[in-house]
Amino acid sequence: MSLTLADVAAWVIVVALNAYVLFGGADFGGGVWDLLATGPRRREQRELISHAIGPIWEANHVWLIVVVVMLFVCFPPAFAAFGTILHIPLSLMLFGIVLRGSAFVFRAYSYGPRSEQRRWGLTFAVSSLITPIVLGMCVGAIVSGGVGGAMAEVNIGPAATLPAPNAARSASAASFATIYVHPWLTPFTLSVGVMTLALLSFLAATYLTVEARGNPPLQEDFRRRALGAAVAAMVIAMIALALGVASGGVMTRLVGTGWSLAVRAGAACAAIASVIALARRQYPIARIAAGAWVTFMLWGWILAQFPLVIPPTLTIDAAAAPNRTLVETMAVLVGGGLILFPSLWYLLRVFKGRPG
Amino acid sequence: MNDLLAARSQMAISLAFHILFAVIGIGLPALMVLAEWRWIRTGDAVFLDLAKRWSKGAAILFAVGAVSGTVLSFELGLLWPTFMGFAGPIIGMPFSLEGFAFFTEAIFLGLYLYGWDRISRRAHLFAGIVVALSGVLSGIFVVIANAWMNTPAGFTIVGGKAIDVRPLAAMANAAAFPETLHMTLAAYAATGLTIAGIHAIIILRGHDNAFHRHALALAIMLGAPAAILQPLSGDLSARNVARYQPAKLAALEAHFETQRGAPLHIGGWPDVERRETRWAIRIPRGLSLLAFHHPNAEVQGLNDTPREDWPPVAIVHVAFQLMVALGSVMALVSIWSLWRWWRARSSDALASDHRLLRALALVTPMGFLAIEAGWTVTEVGRQPWIVYGILRTADAVTPMPGLIVPFLAFTLLYVLLGIIVVSLLRQQIVRSPTQQRGAP
Repeated sequence: MSLTLADVAAWVIVVALNAYVLFGGADFGGGVWDLLATGPRRREQRELISHAIGPIWEANHVWLIVVVVMLFVCFPPAFAAFGTILHIPLSLMLFGIVLRGSAFVFRAYSYGPRSEQRRWGLTFAVSSLITPIVLGMCVGAIVSGGVGGAMAEVNIGPAATLPAPNAARSASAASFATIYVHPWLTPFTLSVGVMTLALLSFLAATYLTVEARGNPPLQEDFRRRALGAAVAAMVIAMIALALGVASGGVMTRLVGTGWSLAVRAGAACAAIASVIALARRQYPIARIAAGAWVTFMLWGWILAQFPLVIPPTLTIDAAAAPNRTLVETMAVLVGGGLILFPSLWYLLRVFKGRPG
Repeated sequence: MNDLLAARSQMAISLAFHILFAVIGIGLPALMVLAEWRWIRTGDAVFLDLAKRWSKGAAILFAVGAVSGTVLSFELGLLWPTFMGFAGPIIGMPFSLEGFAFFTEAIFLGLYLYGWDRISRRAHLFAGIVVALSGVLSGIFVVIANAWMNTPAGFTIVGGKAIDVRPLAAMANAAAFPETLHMTLAAYAATGLTIAGIHAIIILRGHDNAFHRHALALAIMLGAPAAILQPLSGDLSARNVARYQPAKLAALEAHFETQRGAPLHIGGWPDVERRETRWAIRIPRGLSLLAFHHPNAEVQGLNDTPREDWPPVAIVHVAFQLMVALGSVMALVSIWSLWRWWRARSSDALASDHRLLRALALVTPMGFLAIEAGWTVTEVGRQPWIVYGILRTADAVTPMPGLIVPFLAFTLLYVLLGIIVVSLLRQQIVRSPTQQRGAP
């Protein structure tokens, strides 16, 4: 199989998504622990979360923008299909993103009474809870073939094609629920949503054990939370896998194929390694293993549906933009990366490089 | 309300909301860098205080701008999926570039806000400059994409499909330069004069101190030159519209009959049924002069455009008149301010001239009103097209029914956020240092 430019664009999108999950996703997980802050060090926990997220959440958030923009430039029919069929969950996710970001900043800059700051804290925390669930449900809707199935009802043409005049488009006979609700609201998509929440919460708690260095009681708080979330994520991941395989489609490739064994083995090793490292209080190692675990889960999904952008039928090649668009976009990515990565490295070095 | 109107309204409200933050996101970093630079040069702690206040404002507004911008990038697909399917490969390039500019802005804003004690003074000022520059670039890239919707380029349509797609050529479309220039100047003029106006109001209320005087002077320094240049850039834009979008020009001038030596209508109400403009002041040959810089140039009227291809004439005409009127007042007050400053050779002259302060106070909201009016002209004036002459808005809307629900939900969200942001900014920026409590 030869590697086309469209394939490269697709891999870039996956890498950006991976970065969003590892960085931005953990910020959502932080919000969950803000919501669940308990015990005598409740306030310290919240302050640590706020301190850890403050300087970097906006930069982390931009990975999502990269994914969205790359998707509509390089694979426009896929973007059109997601926007149409996942209209409701994506709108909910946007509500979550808007409320999370604004509430976080409002809390940081509010001089108002404590009750007011608490209200923003609650908004920040609840929206951090909803967003990962809905994001996971959208992923579930794609991989299960729900989006691909409903796509036939809404007339989405190939890239750079003018739509038929609206009057001439045949109205679909399918019901509203068939096109706009059922694809993303199934036991499987729900399980993927909850699994995403558990994984991101686990990721955040693990990161926070490192952030809390110099404060052993606080580290213990997040260590216990990370271990709990890890167990929850493992259990739900098993359920999600079983539901996915049972419903057929590309998810069945996650069992039985050669590479899938490697991915499952990798995910299992990373998961176990992170749990052991947490148990032995080797937090920097736990952080790396946690990131690897989440990354394996993500790539398992991607490999299961490769080379499909939207299972069961829309392939990378069929969805790709004209070649010249891909060439010029890649050139921009390389040029932009030359500015971006040194800057990002500098940001992380200044704020995460040494204790503070 | 039908689905198309609901979708257009949701897009309009999202853009109208986001543009406020985008504009301040361009202007405020420039002010904060200006203040920090003055602090380094003079050692006057008031400038440092200003830089910190403005950077906090920038932080709040950047966050809301970032999330509302995210909403917009998704809404392109949620509301106009087939438009994105068609246009994404052609005009996605500036969005990719904007992504990088925005990323850079977010990174260096993080360094600026949280890095006062962690990086050197020089590195800190540099971070601020990068924030200000990448803010401008972000705006330019997004406006280029809008310019393409007005003057599409960089592709050929064959059998309903765009072939020979050239993204860079699409970026270099005819409206790109006039539109980006006009918007960048508008951002500086609006931010500068609004902040100047706020401090003018506070000084008029008796809180005359170095903090407000310095703030006023810096804001004038940013806003006034831009406001004075803006009419020239507006002329460039209008001539571009006259050449490439004659129906839009006819609508914004309420000009029905194609003629040589066309008169300019100031004010008035276009009667679409009778195809004439009533109660307007007519300046003979004015429109020909302005649109083509020639008194006898022929200006195409709406009557030469099929009725179904007219934009909503009254809205576009009124919005255009409003924008021009507000912009003119802003330019005049800016000239007055700079003249006072130059004659006294001191920025303190600004705060001592109470008539000027009252004029500045009056101008406070004008920049943002003019920007909203200007975008109404651009966007409503392009209707019924989403890509001018190529794709109709009605053919690009999502097939999903019930769009009034997301429209109402997002409107509610924006209203709520707007109220909160205003109250926070009052706490953060405007208050005199004497009333200040401990900041985070």
